Amino acid sequence: MTHKTVRIGGLTRVEGEGGLVVHARDGRITGLELRIYEPPRFFEALLRGRGHTEPPDITARICGICPVAYQMSACQAIEAACGAEVTGPLRDLRLLLYYGEWIESHALHIYLLHAPDFLGYDSGIALAADRRDLVERGLALKKAGNELIAVIGGRPIHPVNVRVGGFYRVPARAELAPVAERLRRARDDALATVAWVAGFDFPDVEHDYRFLALSHPEEYAILSGRVATMMTAGDGRGTPEGFAVEDWPEHVTEEQVPHSTALHARLDGESGYLVGALARYALNAARLSPLAREAAAAAGLGPVCRNPFRAIVVRAVEIVHACDEALRILDGYTEPDRPSVPVEPRPGVGHGASEAPRGTLYHRYRLDEDGLVAEADIVPPTAQNQARIEADLRDLLAPRLAPGLDPPEAELAALCERAIRNHDPCISCSAHFLDFRLDRG
Amino acid sequence: MDEPAPRLAVWKFASCDGCQLTLLDCEDELLSVAARLEIAYFLEASSAPGPGPYDLSLVEGSITTPEDLERIRHVRRVSRRLVTIGACATAGGVQALRDFAGVKEFASVVYARPDYIATLDRSTPISAHVPVDFELRGCPIDRRQLLEVISAFLAGRRPVVPAHSVCVECKARGNVCVMVAHGTPCLGPVTQAGCGALCPSFNRGCYGCFGPMESPNAAGLNHWLRGLGMSTPELVRIYRTYHATTEPFRRAAEEAEEHE
Ligand code: SF4
Ligand code: SF4
Repeated sequence: MTHKTVRIGGLTRVEGEGGLVVHARDGRITGLELRIYEPPRFFEALLRGRGHTEPPDITARICGICPVAYQMSACQAIEAACGAEVTGPLRDLRLLLYYGEWIESHALHIYLLHAPDFLGYDSGIALAADRRDLVERGLALKKAGNELIAVIGGRPIHPVNVRVGGFYRVPARAELAPVAERLRRARDDALATVAWVAGFDFPDVEHDYRFLALSHPEEYAILSGRVATMMTAGDGRGTPEGFAVEDWPEHVTEEQVPHSTALHARLDGESGYLVGALARYALNAARLSPLAREAAAAAGLGPVCRNPFRAIVVRAVEIVHACDEALRILDGYTEPDRPSVPVEPRPGVGHGASEAPRGTLYHRYRLDEDGLVAEADIVPPTAQNQARIEADLRDLLAPRLAPGLDPPEAELAALCERAIRNHDPCISCSAHFLDFRLDRG
Repeated sequence: MDEPAPRLAVWKFASCDGCQLTLLDCEDELLSVAARLEIAYFLEASSAPGPGPYDLSLVEGSITTPEDLERIRHVRRVSRRLVTIGACATAGGVQALRDFAGVKEFASVVYARPDYIATLDRSTPISAHVPVDFELRGCPIDRRQLLEVISAFLAGRRPVVPAHSVCVECKARGNVCVMVAHGTPCLGPVTQAGCGALCPSFNRGCYGCFGPMESPNAAGLNHWLRGLGMSTPELVRIYRTYHATTEPFRRAAEEAEEHE
């Protein structure tokens, strides 16, 4: 049963009780299901009939961790449908806002969720009891990101200042000065973060991946670009030159699986591709800022990183890049002469994609004659990664379930949780996840 | 001997995680809050959930599935105090828009096999199912208000949270009124304060993300908004977004429809 269908964005996260069911027979895995329990919230349905200005605010509510990503992909899709484009200083402001989200989201994931795994703690708060200085550095970094979002967007969660066409009000140069000050310190903290996480003890694992990420000729693509793909094994297929975002529906299809409320995505008919930090880095590392490139080299990252446990290092490098680029834009900032460009609704279809911290986020809207949303399609990163995460888990578990081996289930569950967290799926699940069930048949 | 630290639990139902993330966004206070409280259950932050009972439970999200209906009763049983955080938990959230369309239709738009999806017809606030000690408004909640609520419960007092409108906050901030000065439609006059009049400070009208204030005069505001050129469908939509099922916003949307 394979059908293309629209999916709901609310499922980007996994409820704290998400589960993994593994069936093994004679030492072979016969079934593995990553279960997504997030109650459906039906965003694609409730968007129908809303005005063309509404999706940025409404879809922000899909995810409190990366609302800016939803706002940016939504704005660009609607602008495309209406034949408008946001360029120049207004686009720079959007980038700044987005860098803020990158900094806070990556800092949160690294310090509070992911690093404790490598150091043997249950949480960032437990880590703080022993290494308060480290957690304080992470919180300062996160705060710098949040302040950047707040000064441009009004508040870090569901910013109010984003509109189709640009902003309601653009910040004055003087308003941005204190954030620049803080970002300079954040950039040092980010460099220290790269050095810190690069020293962790990484399991010796490498997977063959089919990567997908946006790619842009001049930028380490975040806000916009073409959709590039790359295979890290076999015949090395892929289209690094990319396809246009409006061709997304021809390449990416979705399939509903009974064990999950999130849909599984396929790329050109094949399931199990990967979006997120590893994919972006493999496709775009050459366009990182010089400082971020140096940090990546010092951390021992090659041109392509195939060890998912090292994604934490890539994320740290991306924070350096985000701080660096944000500072570059801030230094050259002059107030745009108008806060937004006009966007007149007209019937048609528009596509938009941007890089949420956890991977490519695609939106498509069809507007009707009245300028109302007739159809919405949202493909969030975690849904795209779900099948690939299942494959990672198979690769990890298979040798450990071989006949004669009988590792404790708690140990397997902990390893699986870590492997899932490598991909920074939405937050409840990345922190605590597994109801691990092993059926040895 | 020291008293044991009060035990905090944070729960999630249908939601975006934004309200609980607000706690982690208290960067300057997080570690001192963690020092005064035992964070006993908080899946977003810790993979070591401790068993109940809990002194204070913060609940995010609305009830939309049969299992969650059971789970919220459990949460109430193991919680001495239960505080709901955000529009989802206090009013059903944006997902309550299903109440106006029918969940079957919604599910069939999103899923090829809606029969695999277990969901309730309506998205209901926590207070529809169990007694709630305090409801904190906002989509998302405000960080300072959250800290006030936590400190108040630690001190055994009621939280001090204003019941007046966003307009009062605009005046306190010295904002010019976006309706009077620019003719921008704004729900500030009927929306509960708490955000610090954020939207008007960005030259934007309030869109009601903190929900209705106590006894708002929506009919009066509708008259104004029509005068500024808002059509009936626009009026209906602005009330039917994040707090659609609250009595005042439900009535305001109906009033706009009847006026036609
Ligand atoms: S109230 Fe708003 S911010 Fe809070 S969980 Fe619900 S959608 Fe997210
Ligand atoms: S002004 Fe209104 S819509 Fe804007 S943040 Fe405040 S309550 Fe929410």
